Amino acid sequence: MPQTTPNSNNTNKAKTLAEKVWEAHVVSSSVDEPDLLFIDLHLVHEVTSPQAFDGLRMSGRKVHRPDLTFATADHNVPTQDIDKPVADPISAKQLDVLKTNCEEFGITLYPMGHADQGIVHVIGPELGLSQPGMTIVCGDSHTSTHGAFGALAFGIGTSEVEHVLATQCLPQSKPKTMAVNINGALPAGVSSKDIILAIIGKIGTGGGMGYVIEYRGSTIEALSMEARMTICNMSIEAGARAGMIAPDDITYAYLENKRFSPKAADWEQALDYWRSLPTDDGAQFAKQVELDASALSPYVSWGTNPSQVIPITQVIPDPDSFQDVAQREAAARALDYMGLSAGTAMKDISVDTVFIGSCTNSRIEDLRSAAHIVSGKHVKSGLRAMVVPGSRKVREAAEAEGLDKIFVQSGFEWREPGCSMCLAMNPDKLAPQERCASTSNRNFEGRQGRGGRTHLVSPEIAAATAIAGHFATPEDL
Amino acid sequence: MKPVRIIEGRAVPLSRSDVDTDQIIPSDWLKRVERTGFGRGLFSEWRDDRNFILNNPEYSGANILIAGPNFGTGSSREHAVWALTDYGFEAVISPKFGDIFKTNCTKVGLLPVELDLEVTNRFLEAVADNPSLHITIDVERGTVEAPDVELVGKFSLDQFTKYRLLEGLDDIGLTERFLDKIVSYEANRPSWLPSAP
Ligand code: SF4
Repeated sequence: MPQTTPNSNNTNKAKTLAEKVWEAHVVSSSVDEPDLLFIDLHLVHEVTSPQAFDGLRMSGRKVHRPDLTFATADHNVPTQDIDKPVADPISAKQLDVLKTNCEEFGITLYPMGHADQGIVHVIGPELGLSQPGMTIVCGDSHTSTHGAFGALAFGIGTSEVEHVLATQCLPQSKPKTMAVNINGALPAGVSSKDIILAIIGKIGTGGGMGYVIEYRGSTIEALSMEARMTICNMSIEAGARAGMIAPDDITYAYLENKRFSPKAADWEQALDYWRSLPTDDGAQFAKQVELDASALSPYVSWGTNPSQVIPITQVIPDPDSFQDVAQREAAARALDYMGLSAGTAMKDISVDTVFIGSCTNSRIEDLRSAAHIVSGKHVKSGLRAMVVPGSRKVREAAEAEGLDKIFVQSGFEWREPGCSMCLAMNPDKLAPQERCASTSNRNFEGRQGRGGRTHLVSPEIAAATAIAGHFATPEDL
Repeated sequence: MKPVRIIEGRAVPLSRSDVDTDQIIPSDWLKRVERTGFGRGLFSEWRDDRNFILNNPEYSGANILIAGPNFGTGSSREHAVWALTDYGFEAVISPKFGDIFKTNCTKVGLLPVELDLEVTNRFLEAVADNPSLHITIDVERGTVEAPDVELVGKFSLDQFTKYRLLEGLDDIGLTERFLDKIVSYEANRPSWLPSAP
């Protein structure tokens, strides 16, 4: 299909997935400027777009391709009483401004309460908008999620949002490529969340800076699309702007018959193209990292950046055990903030709140595995536990399977879709010093509420922890 | 964007690594739909601590921020850059920046200066010792200098970013030069790619 790669150079050099997608989107290339890339899909949400639309208005520009732009409300939306007016006037205004902007510029919007609304990185895949070989951007760093389809997907700032709205293109310098090779069978009870936490623990929060990561190997090939999304989602936590996984039959099976997926003859054409995308044998990566999946166990973060993680069976590390001065200082500060001391067993630490949600772990498979663990048991008394589905479709699918009843009977709150306590822009927040086991992606200071203490975990560990009241695996119950 | 050529002034030493954008501007502030006024939210949770470096009057009015490695990681929020500029910073020095943060800086005209870890540490120490140390950053030459203590650091920016900063050019306008190419690219896109009805 020559027309799909109008600008690819015609050398027969072995190429990586990222290079192929890159080359197929170069609109203009010259020696002294970054490549100008065409953007196939631009996802928009209420928080990082208002100033971009304002910029367009001020310069008298229009949206170049409203048909390639989709908006939803997710960061700010309440997850209770969504039929009532939004209580926080500043949030209400931001949601309103998104609506007005989408109307004015002719952009499709899935607002609060809409059947297609949800966290931007959950709805793109579930609607079939995210496909292999595409370039996808959003004013949100977890846009890397869509890389699970073999798309080049990355987060951008508001100035770049304005740029893409105005031109459907972005000037970009070509990133280096890194292969993270993950091989071996995952032990029982270990999930894709643990894989990515282990990778970040290994390469650090700056380890992926300047790279596009391609996750490869037998472990990845065996994972479902949802599990792959969890991994690509947290690429940014390792500093990489994008993470990718080569499309395969699992990808195609997921995409077939989704609303925006190609249909009939188009489907066959698309498949032919998608099958040409995986990295060629012999293609060079600038860096390689190896991970043995069979040696992994469930991970929990203990600090305030996502590289500060340990297996759940271990004890809180001593800051003095870090060689690097900056890491040592960061560890000491993190323990102080987290109210923890070195040597404490992770499983002895009790929590006040359990949050199951966010674009990392709020899809139907996540909810199924959590529900399976809590079914017939009850949340530890005094502990607050909530499930926030990633989208309305996830919520409805879960209800159709009766998962909502399992959660509610076990003492969980069953909420409306949104980002919720992942970043605490809506009323779902931690109180100061409150400790939370969270399936989200960031354990930064104050991320889930001022003074709140976040521990990142998989849905399985979150579920078991809610029942036990302290960090626990399902086997501990 | 205003041209950014020479930045002269004093610096604040923030000797912490992994300063993520959630710390630079907490999420409460992201509800605003304006582009201005974020300076008050800069490091707002840390500023409650009287000992936080930004609360030290010796550093008030400083226009350069020096920090440890991995500055600006995490969330893509450009609000972090708006908060730094609104507060009065014109440049940030760190051994390593979050990719999105660094790009956001150059779009707004906040200069991201990447120095060696060791050189950064020497600047951090020098500024901690002497809050009124005079520092000059030269974008064209790619240098950071504190002649009083004989410190010089070198940094690089890609050619195009440097040119854009020096000239103060509007990024979108630069892309619009290629409108013809964009239109012909669009004409060749496969029809099965997703689009709104
Ligand atoms: S769920 Fe959290 S990480 Fe994901 S888009 Fe929302 S705020 Fe960002």
